[in-house]
Amino acid sequence: MGEKRFMKGNEAIAEAAVRGGCRFFAGYPITPQNEIPEYLSWRLPEVGGSFVQGESEIASVNMVYGASAMGTRAMTSSSGPGISLKAEGISYLAAAMLPALIVNISRGGPGLGSIQPAQSDYLQATKALGHGGFHAMVFAPNSAQEACDIVYESFEYAERDRNPVLVLMDGCLGNIMEEVELPEMKEIKYEDVPEWSLSRRNGRDYQGNITPIYTEPILEGLNAMAGEMYKDWEENDVKVEEFMVDDAEYVIVAYGIASRVSKEAVINLREKGIKVGLIRPITLFPFPKKSIKNLDYNRVKGIIDIEMTIPAQMRDDIELQVMGRCPVYEYGRSGGCLLDDDGVREAIENIVCGGGENG
Amino acid sequence: MLRINPILCKSCGYCIKFCPKQILNMGSERNKRGFFYPSLTDSDKCLSCAICASVCPEGAIELNGEDE
Amino acid sequence: MAEYKRPKLIADSPSGYCPGCLHSLATKLIAEVIEEMGQADNSLNVISVGCSALNILYWGGDFLSVAHGRAPAAATGIKRSNPERLVFAYQGDGDLAAIGLAEIISAANRGEHFTVIFANNQTYGMTGGQMAPTTLIGQKTTTSVYGRDPETTGYPFKMCELISQLEAPAYVARFALNSPKGIMDAKKGIRKAFEYQMADKGFTFVELLTNCPTNWKMTPLQTLDYMNTNTIPYFKPGVYKDKEADK
Repeated sequence: MGEKRFMKGNEAIAEAAVRGGCRFFAGYPITPQNEIPEYLSWRLPEVGGSFVQGESEIASVNMVYGASAMGTRAMTSSSGPGISLKAEGISYLAAAMLPALIVNISRGGPGLGSIQPAQSDYLQATKALGHGGFHAMVFAPNSAQEACDIVYESFEYAERDRNPVLVLMDGCLGNIMEEVELPEMKEIKYEDVPEWSLSRRNGRDYQGNITPIYTEPILEGLNAMAGEMYKDWEENDVKVEEFMVDDAEYVIVAYGIASRVSKEAVINLREKGIKVGLIRPITLFPFPKKSIKNLDYNRVKGIIDIEMTIPAQMRDDIELQVMGRCPVYEYGRSGGCLLDDDGVREAIENIVCGGGENG
Repeated sequence: MLRINPILCKSCGYCIKFCPKQILNMGSERNKRGFFYPSLTDSDKCLSCAICASVCPEGAIELNGEDE
Repeated sequence: MAEYKRPKLIADSPSGYCPGCLHSLATKLIAEVIEEMGQADNSLNVISVGCSALNILYWGGDFLSVAHGRAPAAATGIKRSNPERLVFAYQGDGDLAAIGLAEIISAANRGEHFTVIFANNQTYGMTGGQMAPTTLIGQKTTTSVYGRDPETTGYPFKMCELISQLEAPAYVARFALNSPKGIMDAKKGIRKAFEYQMADKGFTFVELLTNCPTNWKMTPLQTLDYMNTNTIPYFKPGVYKDKEADK
């Protein structure tokens, strides 16, 4: 059994990153993710790592770019408005094929939005983290424990693919306090740097360079390679939780905080004899297409997309798999207003019993 | 000895301007890329001061310590 | 009898720079200093965006190419995680004094232990000669066709003067590359900056006044004279801060 601690989701992310080998963090204060830099500001120096409070989100992500180029496991965290500022740097990370962990503890939007929790960054996370048509793997944990486990492994994915990884949570999960079982500290040796890195600690004696700029035929090839990588993710890396879906007549699709409230509703409604189930994407990209596509639509009468944002942002991804075989409904709260058990349960009941409006 | 590598020369003329003995001249031949390049007119007068080499943006001029 | 050997840190082929461009001279100068210090394998060039990015095809040592203006941020990440390396960022005036102003000032103020070489040619060369933050008053560019007007565009940024006001930097100096003496001084300055860096003395900043024959619409030789009569009187060469000498 690993060490157990009572921690905030944000703190669990920070400690899991350190134990996963992260030795560099740069970030800029923004609510509701401040516990991550605050924790790492004292924790990283303890393990020989480096913490920099950058002058901006733009600078911070570029500091991560520099550290990552040296083969150092590096991360940054922010919330919606700050992730927009990091978009340039994340695109450059993808172009230069540099691994990194980006954490978005999201809040209400658009603009400065609100500092209260919301799930308003799904489209940004999955469709356009920056310019130039690239993707990052996007994980959406729904507990402090799952955030810990995912962050701990995220650097392995990032280094395997030489591509940034995004962990998307919301302010609720970032600040919720839960029991977390912490994994072992991964050992980082001085000479333990990837071959492609610009560090010479691995004994490299030839010139090394890393660049986000390419000439035409090379760039096309790299674009195609990235395309193949995204297909591989879809084949091998999809993570999804299915709960009481086998006999469900109505299937809820929800991720992160919305999935926790939705699961509660499923349990309550099952007690009343209403056959609902839950599909919870844990990876938002790659999206668990098959889970939705392969449902038995002779049985399933409706799909309900529940998100803590209005309008629902995951809906297009769901509808592409449903392909018109049943109605797709949506329910949500937005702008910092939270989903609650009663609201979600009633919304589902209205759809199931009252045949709520399609859409 | 002064050695001018014609391939690297872009004909800016800095070496000619700054030669204290004024013994570099732009030649009439062009290199592969179409640039005229300089040559030494009177090697006996050359001080081997290396100013021409240090002002050459392309590093087209080298200087050996000894005569070849 | 002097000797001069072309540094090996630059490619065997001609640079991508225009004839007479002092970017290539600056690059060569940096390469000379690094080789004389025996740091060729240990050095890391952080290449910015603009004509400076032509060094991607010219620089023979380790390099990381970064986003526009962000070289001091990337260099921060590099140096913090590999403090044993000789790290320098090579930035032009648009990169450093416009889009990357926050990054350079903040890195200098944190006293990051790397060197920034700032090539100031008062124009955006790569994009075709637009007005730069350092363009001189009255200087004509493609976005100041009647000459830079201070009423609407302010005055050229004096970066050495700005940075030398900060507490943390260890060495701040400006040199003009339009004469043999300026080149020799610049070389000494670059060497001093690199030595301070390797001795962990703090942030070091070397501004090099350069030219742009193509966009200034002059011959290379004319640019050298223009620098004497226009650039140097405004951007005065000299050592603006030297923590060791001030002791």
